[in-house]
This record gives sequence, C-alpha cells and structure tokens, in this order.
Amino acid sequence: MASAPEVLFPTSPADAAAAFGDGAGVTVIAGGTIVMPEISYGRLKPGKTVVLTQAGLAGVTTDGSTVTIGAATPVSDLVGFRAPLGPCAANIADLEIRGQATVGGNVCAGEGHGAPRGDLQGALLALGATARSAGSDGERSEPLEEFLAYGAGRLLFDLSFVEPAAGAFAALDRPHTHDYTALAVSAARAADGTVRLAVTGAGTHGQRLPSAESKTSDPAVAGEAALADVTPHDDALASAWYRSKTLPVLVRRALAQLEEAS
Amino acid sequence: MNLTVNGSTHEIESGALTSLLDVLREELGITSPKAGCEQGGCGACTVLVDGAPRRSCLVPVGALGNAEVTTVEGLGAPDDLAPIQQAFTHHYAAQCGFCTAGMMLAAHAYVENGGSDDQHAIAEALGGHVCRCTGYVKIIEAVAAVARGDSFDLATTAASPGMTNIGGVK
Repeated sequence: MASAPEVLFPTSPADAAAAFGDGAGVTVIAGGTIVMPEISYGRLKPGKTVVLTQAGLAGVTTDGSTVTIGAATPVSDLVGFRAPLGPCAANIADLEIRGQATVGGNVCAGEGHGAPRGDLQGALLALGATARSAGSDGERSEPLEEFLAYGAGRLLFDLSFVEPAAGAFAALDRPHTHDYTALAVSAARAADGTVRLAVTGAGTHGQRLPSAESKTSDPAVAGEAALADVTPHDDALASAWYRSKTLPVLVRRALAQLEEAS
Repeated sequence: MNLTVNGSTHEIESGALTSLLDVLREELGITSPKAGCEQGGCGACTVLVDGAPRRSCLVPVGALGNAEVTTVEGLGAPDDLAPIQQAFTHHYAAQCGFCTAGMMLAAHAYVENGGSDDQHAIAEALGGHVCRCTGYVKIIEAVAAVARGDSFDLATTAASPGMTNIGGVK
C-alpha cells in the first residue's frame, strides 16, 4: 500500500471548508461510492483527504416552501419527494447504494467510466436549485447551472429550491439497477406558471432545455426543439443517435405528466 | 481506531481510507463478506452497518465512527441459525455460496424493516445483489418465507429425498 494520506474528519461546515481550502490536490469523500473504487483499484492515490461524514452537512430542512438539502444527505432521503426529485432519486442504483451515496457526491460527479453520472443534476436544474458552496474566496450561493459550469475547486454545502406547483420525471428504462440512466428529462412548473425542463445524459453534465421550455404549449414541438439545446454523445450506455431519437419522446412524456400533475 | 464487529471491539491498524471489506477480510480474518467486483456492483461484500445493509467495499473504515458492523457470522451460530439462514437452507437458496452472505444480510434487513413477501418488493430490495449461479427464484422464495413468518424443520429438510445434497442424510 502507498504511504498514508492525511485524512481529515471535519466536524462542522466551516471546518470542512477550512480543510478543503481551494480544493487543489484534495480528495473529498462523502458517501464513498464513487471514490472508494478509484482508491481500491489504484486509479486514485489520495493525498489530503476530507471525509464529510461528521461535517454537519447531512439533512433536509424546510422553511416555508423552500427546501434545503445538505450535500452529505444520503440519496435515499430524497426517494419520498414529489417529482421530479423523488422518482429521479429512486432511479439511482439500488437500495444500498442510495443509502450510502450522497446528494452532493452525485451532483458533483462529472462524466466518468463511459457514462454521464450526476443523475440528480437534471431534476435539481428543473427545480431551479441554488447551490451554496465554499472555496478559496469564501462562501457563495449561485444557480446550480453556474455551479456545474464553474464549481470546480469548490466544496458544495447544500442545495435549495422552492417547492414546485407540479413536477415530472421521464427516463429511459435501465437494463440493470447498476446502470447509470442513459437519458432522463425532468420538468417542474413553478407557482407563477414558469416551466423548467432539464436533461441528464445528453452531455457531460445535466443541462436546461431553454428551446423546449419556450414551446411547452405544444409538447411535440417542444420535444423536437429540445434537440437544439444539446449535443448528444456516444458512450457505453447509448449512442448519440439513440439519445437524439429518444430525447423528444422523454420531453413529451415529461410534459404530459406535468399536465396531469397540474 | 476501534471497530465493533458482531459485538466484539477490535483495535484496527489499517489506514482510515482502507475499505471496510479489506479490514474485515485481511486484518480481522472475517471472510464471509466476499471481494467480488470491489466497485459496489455485485453486493457480495454487503454487511450491516448499524443494521442497514452497506457495501463494505465502498466504506472507508475511518468513516464508521462508533457504528456497529454485523457480518453473517453475527446473525446466528451453526446450532442456532437465524430465520433467514434457516430459510436459505430449507429453500435451497445457496448454490456456490459466493453471494449468499450478502443476500442473507440484505434480506435480514429487509424483513427486520417490515418487508412483505411480495416478490417485486423483495427483488427491489435485493436488486443490487448478483447471483452468478442465477438462483434468484429460490432466494426470493426463501426471503418471502421469512417475511411470512414460516418456521422450518431443518431435520426434515435434510431428510427430504430431493434435498439430499445439502448435507445430512442420504
């Protein structure tokens, strides 16, 4: 075995941020489901490691209609949520992995091992979630889209969103419980009627579908319009061709569900 | 660092990022958790952490704190098998045995949490466990039997003509 890395177990969010610093050379472990195989197979030789299990970052709180989910909350805690978040969480791996994997780990996971990961990104983007994180310049809250684009070198604290009036989640079936979702579309209608649509599996991370959002009055048109927002890719789960054929279908299904739920 | 397994506390020398699986097998010599895929994909290393089924290959031992770990050795003894162990014997739910410990621990937790004998619910609860012998039908039957509260007379099981190859009587 390699020489022992420095392993820190911060006991508060502030301690975690201090231990993390600017994140350079730091390995973060929350649930361990993504990082531990990397260590076991020797693909990752951790140096300074921050373990978040005691950092006070787990748990879901509700303040009025605003829901805040700590980064170290297990994915299984979201399974009972309304669409899109609940069904999206239930569609991740299996019972045991969901009990161990964390929301923050999932949201921060980029593409890896021939599959898009970050299953929850799409659902949280559709909910218009705000990400609170810490980095070398201190604490910051920003839309999840910006965190996904520019969040490297930041430690995610929590995600918050306002409960939608209605939500929907449509995904391609997984051949096995351990497959990542090849493609999934989340939709949410805010109290003011605004509809957000987002996709997981059509790029390296989840993304909004603004072209489809502007045409939701006609789901078939919105489905085709969504193709303008993404650049589907080939990977181990599905071909770009298959993704481009199924994205419009999932958008239509999500919008139909949203209509029913409204 | 201390680790409590099956009610006994051990002083652990492995580093904090060593997987619980490696600590159990290599340091403590508890070999019922199997090193199958070592990436969370097969379920053969599943143990109970404070009663919840967890993949021991994915748990850094340092993150356990004071949690209690249970392996299948802690479920029952050869002369005092736990209901799930009796059911696996009675229903012939073990073939090569590689997945059996993980399956039994996940099934034990499922039943302890009030799981029903519904096949789909059992399949969902055990969905992360791969049986390379593909003996899923018998496994689900065994779990359903425990969920129903069936009792098992293993002397009769062993004497049954169709079951002579699970030990006991010819």
